[in-house]
Amino acid sequence: MEKTILSVRNLCAGYKNYRILDGINLDIERGKIYSIIGPNGCGKTTLIRAMSRNLRPESGEVLLDGKDIFRTNTKLVAQKMAVLCQNDTSMSDITVKTLVEYGRYAHKKWWAGSDGDDKSIVEWAIERTGMTKLQNRKINALSGGERQRARIAMAIAQKPEIMLLDEPTTYLDIAHQLEIMELVAALSREERITVVMVLHDMNHAARYSDKLVLVNNSKIHTIGTPNELIENGELENVFCVEAEILSDTEDNSPVFYAKRKKQ
Amino acid sequence: MEKTAFRETTSFKVIVLVVLAAAVVFAFILGNVVGTMDISVSDIVNTISGDHTGTNNKVIWNIRLPRMILAALVGINLALSGSILQGVMKNPLADPSIIGISSGAGLFGILILVVFPQWQNLVPIVAFAGAMLAAVIIYLLAWKGGIDPTRIVLSGVAVSELFGAGISAILVFYSDRVHGALTFMNGSLSSRSWGEVRTILPYTIAGLLLALIFADKLNILVLGDDTARGLGLNVELTRLGFTALAALLAASAVSVVGLLGFVGLIVPHSIRLILGNNYKIMFPATALLGAALVMLSDTFARTVLSPTEIPVGIVMAVLGVPFFLYLLRK
Repeated sequence: MEKTILSVRNLCAGYKNYRILDGINLDIERGKIYSIIGPNGCGKTTLIRAMSRNLRPESGEVLLDGKDIFRTNTKLVAQKMAVLCQNDTSMSDITVKTLVEYGRYAHKKWWAGSDGDDKSIVEWAIERTGMTKLQNRKINALSGGERQRARIAMAIAQKPEIMLLDEPTTYLDIAHQLEIMELVAALSREERITVVMVLHDMNHAARYSDKLVLVNNSKIHTIGTPNELIENGELENVFCVEAEILSDTEDNSPVFYAKRKKQ
Repeated sequence: MEKTAFRETTSFKVIVLVVLAAAVVFAFILGNVVGTMDISVSDIVNTISGDHTGTNNKVIWNIRLPRMILAALVGINLALSGSILQGVMKNPLADPSIIGISSGAGLFGILILVVFPQWQNLVPIVAFAGAMLAAVIIYLLAWKGGIDPTRIVLSGVAVSELFGAGISAILVFYSDRVHGALTFMNGSLSSRSWGEVRTILPYTIAGLLLALIFADKLNILVLGDDTARGLGLNVELTRLGFTALAALLAASAVSVVGLLGFVGLIVPHSIRLILGNNYKIMFPATALLGAALVMLSDTFARTVLSPTEIPVGIVMAVLGVPFFLYLLRK
């Protein structure tokens, strides 16, 4: 099996006349956790939308196992890649279980119902995300954290090799943020799912990722391990802040504490 | 595990479907029995099993039976069309008028009825063509590297206004001939027979089958474009296919009975309030309620001021709107 699962080649993308990404190259290694970070408006969300085939690029390509995702049957892509997008506007009144069952859509033929495999995978996904007690609850009656877990259950029901998440912890309180981050990290570790996510919280990104992808001004500024990026001062430059690098008393991992905006 | 509320159980849904089916049967029998001639249920059974000799049998076979069947088919088509469009457009107020079906059919139908009355029997075909033409124009206007539901609604409103102005212009210029046009504009099942049933039946069968087979695609589309794509749905193709299906269903209905409003809005909404938004259950339920509602309304329209007939569209509005408001306030 190739080491690289998803690769972005010379990608340029944008909306209407604005070019937001300009010549992005990125190789995602199988089994690892990547966090895309960068200041507002740098193109993080645009990058993950292009990587998840939700935004057609102006030029360049996105290859999943060597195949262009914009030229592959979207169902075949969904059998390998699950996407958790940010703007979930649906006011759907379906139950958690039904939502998770939709995760099996890409693996079904249109004339066939759920087979035994589908049922056991749905059950597994619900249990794995701790949603068993809530599985008959309607989506619109869930709290923010529960809803996010339900959507993760839907994503892992796809049995993906790679999962893309756009700001999975936005609007959650700190306990639920950690809950989601730990769930994602555990899924990556135990189910061998490659993870690429857009995150706002630098320290969550540093704590849970193998690699950080720092995006700035339409380009990839640096790719590196959390230690490298925090210690070489690039984060301070890109975000225009003065920061103190503390160290976690438990495991000595670096903590990025932004003190003030750079003058 | 949390206990499921009774309204969420399969048994509740089955009960509702059975009640709706019973309502369809009741409406069908009622529509055949009542009228200026008294007819018994056994007459209906005789006629359907092939006895067309007596006067009663003739009345049933030539007038009431096809009319009730047509009412049911029109109800199914409009109700399905509305529930599809609400999902595809992500707009709870969407109904066939919003994608220009009604205005297109209206303008073309009235053009024939008023300006070229000698070609009156072409009304269904021409109205159908007008409906599809309007749908295509709206799609072309809304197309900009993809289909955006908001742009469809906006161009739908614009095209509807334009076609509506055309209708008004015809009615003003030919004010001496508007009578036929008025019943068309308000929707009427008066003096319709087997010919109209044959026109619409293929669309009802195909529409019902396709809707039921592909219901889950629409369920997934409703989750939002990005989520649906992530799950492996071809979003553009699904939206285009369902819109075309809704257009065909509504256009075929409008072409035989004229502009019958409210069904496409009231029926899907009532079902949503009772059964929720899962299209797998919604489609059969809306079809049944649509059929029952149009049959009952037409029977009422035909008998309440007998021998004068009120256009069924007016009854639809008078019966439907308060019911809808009641459900909304509940």
